[in-house]
Amino acid sequence: MANPFSFFGGFKLTFQHLARPTVTTSYPQAKRPKQPRQHGRHVLNRYEDGMEKCIGCELCAGVCPANCIYVRGLDNPPDHPVSPGERYGYVYEINYLRCIHCDLCVEACPTQAITESKMFEFSFTNRSDAIYTKAELVVDDEGFPQRLPWEDWREGEAAMTGGWMRATSPAGDASFEGVVQWTGDLGVGVRAPEAGQSDNRDDVATGSKQLRNVFPKHLEPQDVPLDQRGLQGAINNARAKMPRRKPKGEQA
Amino acid sequence: MNWIATVDPLFVHGTTFAVILIVIIKILAGFGLLMGSVILMIWFERKAISDMQSRIGPQKWGPFGLLQTLADGMKLMFKEDLVPAEADRFVFKLAPYLVLVPALITFSIVPIGGTIHVAGHVIQLQVANPPMGILLMLAMSGISVYGVMLAGWSSGSKYPLLSSVRASAQMISYEAALGMTIVTIVLATGSLSTHDIVAAQGHGIWHWNLIRLGVVPFIVFIIAITAELNRPPFDVVEAESELVGGFHTEYSSIRFAIFFLAEYMNTITMSAIIVTLFLGGPAGWVPNVPHLRWVFPIVWFLVKTVGFAFCYIWFRASLPRMRYDQLMELGWKRLIPLSLGWMLIVAGFLVARGWGFLMAALVLLAWTLLTRAFELGQTRETGPQSVLPMVGERPLPGRILRDMTDGEES
Repeated sequence: MANPFSFFGGFKLTFQHLARPTVTTSYPQAKRPKQPRQHGRHVLNRYEDGMEKCIGCELCAGVCPANCIYVRGLDNPPDHPVSPGERYGYVYEINYLRCIHCDLCVEACPTQAITESKMFEFSFTNRSDAIYTKAELVVDDEGFPQRLPWEDWREGEAAMTGGWMRATSPAGDASFEGVVQWTGDLGVGVRAPEAGQSDNRDDVATGSKQLRNVFPKHLEPQDVPLDQRGLQGAINNARAKMPRRKPKGEQA
Repeated sequence: MNWIATVDPLFVHGTTFAVILIVIIKILAGFGLLMGSVILMIWFERKAISDMQSRIGPQKWGPFGLLQTLADGMKLMFKEDLVPAEADRFVFKLAPYLVLVPALITFSIVPIGGTIHVAGHVIQLQVANPPMGILLMLAMSGISVYGVMLAGWSSGSKYPLLSSVRASAQMISYEAALGMTIVTIVLATGSLSTHDIVAAQGHGIWHWNLIRLGVVPFIVFIIAITAELNRPPFDVVEAESELVGGFHTEYSSIRFAIFFLAEYMNTITMSAIIVTLFLGGPAGWVPNVPHLRWVFPIVWFLVKTVGFAFCYIWFRASLPRMRYDQLMELGWKRLIPLSLGWMLIVAGFLVARGWGFLMAALVLLAWTLLTRAFELGQTRETGPQSVLPMVGERPLPGRILRDMTDGEES
């Protein structure tokens, strides 16, 4: 026979929830921090010398499961080349009514020309606005994504374009973890690597925050990570918040 | 006019203009109190349940979303008032008022505070104190069943009809248990009037019916009244996952608002009734403050009522909806025998201690027999070979076939 008082367990739980913080945020006023590898609106990157990275190979269009990318390549004009390669992306269009933000195009791109920013809050009043052309996608002369009037950019979203790309090592080989495998971007140079699943993440350089540090107060007691529980957890959190004397790169 | 004086001490000096004015003020105050508390109750329920579910709840209209109910009411008022083509138009339009008016009338018998003296008139802080008292509440809850039932029936649609069938069965079966516990209280008090019931509990916490009658009638009453209110976990009448919206599926605009209002009004009224019957109503500690002694009973009453209103919200957040057959089983097999048995025991103890123990023994015996009977009923085998005929199960064509042939089909 089960404990008859276990019937009141549900009452206890709902009562405890009165004191817990709400999970819901009142969205337009209060916005939750985005995930470090959030998939948002695409960006067409340029090299540090201003050349476009896209070579018009159409691999992104081929891999796209939603058929939302339309690319046409063209031979570079010899007197003023657009990209360092043989060809460049003459037409580049993404239909955001179809895009599912799966990031397969980013994975397919051989030159890291297309990456995704974290910005997802954009809406249109007509269908033609939903089709982003090169005019909107290519980064500006400072190397940052264009902020279109109907888009809601938040702080630091442009800095994290292609977050997951810089977190993954080729073919999952651990020895490549943290090794820079990408070229520099216009305006920001070579971006810092994210150290994947290993402990030596560089959260300061990439501006990311681990979710397990953000959410424990919403979790059930038994689901809170061990190093976040009780007094020890409070000490750990306080230590993490303290300004570091030396950046991690200098210690190594 | 002497008989009127027994109804309310207000009429002791005869019916004058002042008396009529006081009665009108009492009615208006009661109505205003109920309406205001309904608005707060809806807000409180939405806010509390969203806290329990880690949500935010209403927050846009007024401070903490307090005016949300008014905004909702305004929206409903301006919506199109639809009467379905298949509906019985007169009954369809009548039904909301059959729910609303009993909800209002029931509140009138609740004593909110003690008595106050104004210009030589003794005023009881309750809208009316009829000698039949608590019977009025039973009668009104009986009438509000008609409201729900007729609303479902007159909609001319199948889900409301199913809901109204459920409503009538559920409310009637739980009314039996409800009535039995009220009889227990009336036996102990010796009066039907709510004023007397409260007065009998006024001498401290050990005189509250909650403790004086044992806790059982209180538990039975709170379960039965939750079922009577159609509130979760007994809200099979408006089970939105089964019956769309239940009896008010076809209602829109202000008629729907009336149903909604009446439901919450009933919740408050029933909280108040529980407080009146079991927790001594306005009884509580009164500090000796000059001129303000009459305030404290009202505060006590409000605190207790809000406590029970919170309990209903808590039930809703914690308990899953019961299945219809479980609901009926709880009502008929558990609550009615329990309340009946407890009533007999209490009645026995009221006569003499010996009778009480005798009754307790008899009830225990009957309880054992009943439990055994239910056990047998649960485990009985139904089928072509069983002695008992099948109940509530339609013979399938396959079984009929098997009956006609020799044995099991291979």
